[in-house]
Amino acid sequence: MTDRALTVVRAGALTTVQDLGRPGYAHLGVPCSGALDPEAVRLVNRLLGNEEGAAVLETTLTGCAVRTRCAVTAVVGGAPCPVTVDGRPAAWGTPVRLAPGQVLEVGAAVRGLRSYVGFDGGVAVAPVLGSRSTDLLSGLGPAPLADGTALPLGAATAVRGPVDAAPWPGPPDELVLRVRLGPRDGWFTPAALRTLATRAWRVSSASNRIGLRTRGPALERAVEGELPSEGMPLGAVQVPPDGRPVVFLADHPTTGGYPVVAVVREADLARAAQAVPGTVVRFVPYR
Amino acid sequence: MRAREVFRVGERGLLVELVSGEATEAFHAELLRRREAGTLPAVREIVPAARTVLLEGVAAPDRLAAELRSWDVPVLHARVAASVEVPVRYDGPDLADVAELWGVSVEAAVRIHSETRFRVAFCGFAPGFGYLTGLGSRYEVPRRATPRTAVPAGSVALAGPYTGVYPRSSPGGWQLIGTTDAVLWDPAREPAALLSPGTLVRFTVAGR
Repeated sequence: MTDRALTVVRAGALTTVQDLGRPGYAHLGVPCSGALDPEAVRLVNRLLGNEEGAAVLETTLTGCAVRTRCAVTAVVGGAPCPVTVDGRPAAWGTPVRLAPGQVLEVGAAVRGLRSYVGFDGGVAVAPVLGSRSTDLLSGLGPAPLADGTALPLGAATAVRGPVDAAPWPGPPDELVLRVRLGPRDGWFTPAALRTLATRAWRVSSASNRIGLRTRGPALERAVEGELPSEGMPLGAVQVPPDGRPVVFLADHPTTGGYPVVAVVREADLARAAQAVPGTVVRFVPYR
Repeated sequence: MRAREVFRVGERGLLVELVSGEATEAFHAELLRRREAGTLPAVREIVPAARTVLLEGVAAPDRLAAELRSWDVPVLHARVAASVEVPVRYDGPDLADVAELWGVSVEAAVRIHSETRFRVAFCGFAPGFGYLTGLGSRYEVPRRATPRTAVPAGSVALAGPYTGVYPRSSPGGWQLIGTTDAVLWDPAREPAALLSPGTLVRFTVAGR
């Protein structure tokens, strides 16, 4: 019986364990967390025959490398990147069979930001409040990977999914986010709302799993003063005093005191998660 | 009492705005009562805050919004709620400043705080961090002009009309008046949070 586990050889810039998050605890101040590109996680898991919410690794820009301690099937998806096994090229986006002791190298993203590395049986770290996700804001779940970290894997499933390969949407050159105005659009001037709908921003390098920060025109407030702290939804476009919109992602705080001018459609947030710093961002209001 | 406004929030969210903190707590309690009774449509999150309750993951938001606008919720009184005592050493670095802001002696400030019956109005900021009301507007204090980069876990603090206890070490701008050994947040415990919205709280003097 082999030891169903992996050892981290190269942790990369920021690699975390993620599943589909821990909804239902926002009233206690616990963010939902979970993979920033949940569609990529579902696809990786389908290709492995895992439950769609099995835990995977989420890399950031520079990938990661792991050594297997058992025979395991892996799939690398999300942001396209070179994949090698013991230094030899292997397939991205389709199942790769690994023998015990082999090193799976997930290279730097060629496009996009976050690659997802799934294994049959899923990463089996202990769940916290029903999820294995690392929540960077709250410090819940496993710490980000470090070189040498051992990761347990779950029991491999016997049945593989009906697909061996799948079409992967590529990260866009320009990030177009559909937004529904409100709840606090009334706190902004009509000119600011026109600016939101017509101008462009760029993704700031200060972006992280908590929020996509932007550089660009400032949104001018019509109502001064402080907003009493209120609940913040996923995708909230919060406007801090500098006027530059911040889009709240999975690790966002559950309450906050700056007005939310609009909320991004949930379906668009995965693309937000793959937008590299400098990407042009446009907001398209809909009713 | 009725909702002052119900806003749509994105595709599947609603934000109910109330006229006061008390009305917000009453509306939140009514939402929980109806969810318990099975008469509220399924929602993913119910997040009370200072003057609002956010509902996320609502299947038919327009229909629920119309229903919420029609609710006339009774005031909260004598409801059965969980109650906890939190022993505090009143040794915080800002205690003297708070006493001065209140215009009382340090001894009197400790007495005022430890004799107040608090209730958790809402949570946020960090897992297990509760915003406790009860002191009243007479004792509101501003945040520190410069936030501390690290406030130790267990710090008992004041800001605006609220009292709170830091569940873990984090940056913070609240006025620190004491410390407690109580464990505010432990994900391995059921429930993980010592304080949740509605919990009644008394701080007892464990030293100075």
